[in-house]
Amino acid sequence: MGYFIAAPYLNPGSIFDRFPFRLGLDLKGGVHLVYKADTSSISPGDIGEAMAGLRDVIERRVNFFGVTEPIVQVEQTGSSLNPLEKEQRLIVELPGITNLDEAIKLIGATPYLEFKTERPEAERDEILAAQKNNQRMNEDPYFVSTQLTGRYLKKATLNFDRTTYAPSILLEFNDEGGKIFAQITKENVGKRVAIYLDGAPISVPVVREEITNGHAQITGDFKPEEAKELVRNLNSGALPIPITLISQQSIGATLGGITLNRGLWAGIIGILAVAVFLIIWYRLPGLIAVFALCIYIVLVLLLFKLIPVTLTAAGIAGFILSVGMAVDANILIFERMKEEVRLGKTLQTAMEEGFRRAWPSIRDSNISSIITCIILYWMGTSMVKGFALTLGIGVLASMFSAITISRTFLLALGLKEIKWYVIAK
Amino acid sequence: MVRNRKIAYIFSGTLVLVSFCALIIWGLKPGIDFTGGSLLEANYPNNRPDIAKIQASVNALGFGNVSIQLAGDSGIIVRSKDLSQEEHQKLLAALNIDGKIAEEKNFNSIGPVIGKELRQKSWIAIILVAVMIILYIAFAFRKVSLPVSSSQGGTLASWKYGVVAVLALIHDVTIPTGTFALLGHFKGIEVDTLFITALLTTLGFSVHDTIVVFDRIRENLKKQIGLSFDDTVEISIRQTMARSIITSMTVIFVLVALLIFGPASTKYFSLALLIGVVFGTYSSICLASPLLVSWKKWSEKRKLRK
Repeated sequence: MGYFIAAPYLNPGSIFDRFPFRLGLDLKGGVHLVYKADTSSISPGDIGEAMAGLRDVIERRVNFFGVTEPIVQVEQTGSSLNPLEKEQRLIVELPGITNLDEAIKLIGATPYLEFKTERPEAERDEILAAQKNNQRMNEDPYFVSTQLTGRYLKKATLNFDRTTYAPSILLEFNDEGGKIFAQITKENVGKRVAIYLDGAPISVPVVREEITNGHAQITGDFKPEEAKELVRNLNSGALPIPITLISQQSIGATLGGITLNRGLWAGIIGILAVAVFLIIWYRLPGLIAVFALCIYIVLVLLLFKLIPVTLTAAGIAGFILSVGMAVDANILIFERMKEEVRLGKTLQTAMEEGFRRAWPSIRDSNISSIITCIILYWMGTSMVKGFALTLGIGVLASMFSAITISRTFLLALGLKEIKWYVIAK
Repeated sequence: MVRNRKIAYIFSGTLVLVSFCALIIWGLKPGIDFTGGSLLEANYPNNRPDIAKIQASVNALGFGNVSIQLAGDSGIIVRSKDLSQEEHQKLLAALNIDGKIAEEKNFNSIGPVIGKELRQKSWIAIILVAVMIILYIAFAFRKVSLPVSSSQGGTLASWKYGVVAVLALIHDVTIPTGTFALLGHFKGIEVDTLFITALLTTLGFSVHDTIVVFDRIRENLKKQIGLSFDDTVEISIRQTMARSIITSMTVIFVLVALLIFGPASTKYFSLALLIGVVFGTYSSICLASPLLVSWKKWSEKRKLRK
């Protein structure tokens, strides 16, 4: 049985290479991306909070297009005490995925949403005059930034006008954002407020009255497709701070090659011990269980390759737990069979009863595991998600293997002599 | 099991209490996955040493968990706890191996890998898991609430089975966590993302194991086996005991193999799981089912008083 797991690693160039496992950062390494965050518009006291928000948005974003278990980490350069002189960076590590460019594009496509208010006229003219002389070119003469950014966005929804069918986007802020928005609209009644997306204005409505419900509507000149994509991007995470990619390099595994090999061998020794134990304790049914488990392991590993699931230490833990539960299903059935034999039933009846009676406990224990997996997958991020996914796939497959494979073989062999089955009375 | 349940209650209660105290007084020692630390990037212009050698050299410094990754063709990335200027220099010196000199490119401070969002959501997830398990068990065991026979002396509502399963789960997860709080205080063992995985695995195993025993109680109640509820529970525990122990043995085989033959980095992962599995098995035999009996007796007494 160990062969099936070990083969892909131990025999490079074998048939297994055609569908390689997708191994995670800790097992195989991947790519190390460094983004620089532009914190110039944020007050020094808020930088920590904003960077933590940025971290979570990017992590959600990377997870959004598949479970790849990224590592996302805030980095601060220098050790100077003045936070303004520190450069804020974000490290994103992705496992060795094939479409790296796509991943970078996806992280880059995370929209940066910003609300700006009109600059006072005097200041505006001053900047415009300076810009004629090629000075202060980086400043926007017409609008000034406000505190309100994508950081406070709760939800974006797409609407269509009932008569013109023109698409518009409804933004819903969280409580804090709603208060800031109310403040901005209150102070700017009769003036324009500009909504900037990735540094360009997309809509510049005039404020008619204070808006206190935390809702804003963008009625830009969108094509429906564009609007739809924008809403999706906003919902999967609007950036609290703009970022730019500054470096990209490949990295090795954190757990390292030696670790992986030792871990694999330890796993193989453990599983072999279980197999030997099952055969000695249950004889023929044990042998059949071991056979069914081999099929089960191959089936699950095949699923991991085909889906594909990124395997990390956490993912493998989930898989091993599911193997344990698969073994347990077999043990439940066989123990039940032994009981029925002890009650004086014939072998054939005992087998059928064993499967039938063990089913409710297999079903209920596995369904509760699946419920746990669904919640963890849904709520968790990164590692927890990977664990929940492999465990969930494993549990589903184990219900199938114990009930169908073991049962079919045991009933098909139909051996009559009791000595093959029961060792201890 | 049922008759001597008070011993189990005292034993488990003490362990859970000690675990909670250890957690409150010392807490877990968070690893760099939780706290962040320092990140050093270096380059070996002429020939990079073997990663195992770098690892051995850095581990000898005793800076706790240090993760070392190869970067590009000639670089390495070292993540460690927050280093003082002196420790930083020591680390750099330790990277020079067999005359191969490491040139430092960057030395920066880094934030945690486990973000605020994950921490907050994990708590909600755990509470949600507990609620859903209670609901599912209440549904799956709904028939045990029906009056069965007079010999059983009334029944126990099915949602109570769910609550007991969750109590056993809390017990099974608290003990390894408390153990690591002690290990953290006395031995400086840190907890990392692998530890969280071990706890999640324990959580899955615990419920699974408890339900198997409850299932047997459900079946025996239906068949009216046993003279009283105590008796039925006792019989059910005995009937499923072989299975519980054999299943745990198989898991323990794998974990002990991982503990002895496995790599150093998963040693504490295996240990946390081993504790979780042992107590998970123990609680489903000695704690969860007897608790059902105690609950039933307690509510009967309350009814009598009224």
